[in-house]
Amino acid sequence: MSNLLIWRKGVNSVMLTVTGVFTVITVAALFLILGYLVYYGGSSLDWNFFTKLPLSAGETGGGLANAILGSLEIVAVAALIGLPIGFLAGVYLSEFPDKVFAPAVRYVADLLNGIPSIVVGLLAWGLLVVPMRQFSGLAGSIALSAMLIPIVTRQTEQFLREVPNSLREGALALGACKWKMVATVVVPAGSKGILTGMILGVARISGESAPLLFTAFNNQFWNGSIMQPTASLPVMIYFRALSPYDDWHRQAWAAGLVLIGMVLTANILARLVIARGISVPRG
Amino acid sequence: MSTVPDYAPESKTAQDRKGAPLPTPTPAPGPKLRATNVNFFYGTFQALYDISLDMQEHLVTALIGPSGCGKSTFLRNLNRINDTVRNSRMEGKILLDNEDVREVDVTNLRRRVGMVFQRPNPFPKSIFENIAYGLKINGMAKRSEMRDKVERSLRRAALWDEVKDKLHESAYALSGGQQQRLCIARALAVNPEVLLLDEPCSALDPVSTAKIEELMLQLRSSCTVAIVTHNMQQAARVSDVTAFLLEGKLIECRPTAQLFTNPADPRTEAYITGRFG
Repeated sequence: MSNLLIWRKGVNSVMLTVTGVFTVITVAALFLILGYLVYYGGSSLDWNFFTKLPLSAGETGGGLANAILGSLEIVAVAALIGLPIGFLAGVYLSEFPDKVFAPAVRYVADLLNGIPSIVVGLLAWGLLVVPMRQFSGLAGSIALSAMLIPIVTRQTEQFLREVPNSLREGALALGACKWKMVATVVVPAGSKGILTGMILGVARISGESAPLLFTAFNNQFWNGSIMQPTASLPVMIYFRALSPYDDWHRQAWAAGLVLIGMVLTANILARLVIARGISVPRG
Repeated sequence: MSTVPDYAPESKTAQDRKGAPLPTPTPAPGPKLRATNVNFFYGTFQALYDISLDMQEHLVTALIGPSGCGKSTFLRNLNRINDTVRNSRMEGKILLDNEDVREVDVTNLRRRVGMVFQRPNPFPKSIFENIAYGLKINGMAKRSEMRDKVERSLRRAALWDEVKDKLHESAYALSGGQQQRLCIARALAVNPEVLLLDEPCSALDPVSTAKIEELMLQLRSSCTVAIVTHNMQQAARVSDVTAFLLEGKLIECRPTAQLFTNPADPRTEAYITGRFG
């Protein structure tokens, strides 16, 4: 073998090793988190955890049923508010852009995406909780939807832009007006990506604690109406982890495990459903 | 190829032979499509210069010329699909049945002037849904008539036998040539008066091309057809009239046989003999 060839092969294997090692580190982080959660929280996971209310400090046992339900409730309402608004804004940006307003909206959406979640929570506290003189699940949902909207807007726009223009022209050439073309061809063609973006967005906000800390706050009992303080898993994790009790620490780990499990399950289910549609071949 | 179009319907009908009174002959109809002094701009770039061209009803008009000569641009003005291109501007007049295409409702215009594109562009729907799409959005078929109309369109595009058992499968499961015939069937479903074909065979193999060319010859009886093509043999095979464009200008437009055997302009001759372009 010539020297050049040996050199090339050497460089090749070095690069392969380097990229491989960093890939393993990336994947290891995920498994480390999962492993930790199972190790520390797994032992607290029993039927009671899912069905019972939290006990007072110092008592062992009890569950976080109210927080699980509360999380589902807050996130569902946030999705109900945020998904349609974000989706329609994304459709506007991709399909009906003008020269001034659309770039401004796009820029604002990117800015919103970058705003620390604690600031969103603070704002919701100032605008909703203070005037209403009460922590409420609804305020938490609105704070979360403020985080969800820019994510969904940009994802929707991005996936609609990937729909080939030839499909738009094909629909227009058959006599479709613009909104019909968008509603019946473009959006269905991008629907898989958009739905995936929506799921990732909802998954992202369902783990947020900061926007809920001073909006939905917390609750040791079954949640009342949406206008009252509502317990949620992320906030519960926050308070339990800061407490001095070992049993509560374990419950915090377990709550983390449940939270990840819920997000993962939703993700997998949604992907299974989405995989059944017809997708547009690329190129 | 004869310069006399052979689309003329049989004149010896039973009624003629009986000597029944014939309807008074209508005066020779005007052109189906008439472009007058058309200029077209993409931003500041002028793509078409002062093009005037008539397309007669029931004839196939071929537009030939080297890449970038403006033939597709011209075609895309006929159904105003170029309106969707940002910063574009058209001057001059295009008449469809003596009506200015810019004064009629654009969705109605595009229903009457169908288009098939260079690359097959089926929608990400089933074969059936692709054909039914135009009928649905134009409110042209009741639910009960839909199946018949879809079948008729697929038969007209000579695709029915190949897809009749898989109407509800994805259109992307078809081969490229089948997809293009699907797009033709989709365009035909809404009964267009004019069919514009923008290099419909450039992405296809010779067998699929032959099928589509045969289709075009049949379509003449129901439509006025305009086809943009890079392939001069194709223009010679399928068209009655050929227009040669160069650098955005119309060099000449004559019956196909004349243009290919006896071009008037030296630039046309140079192009069809392969000396440039």
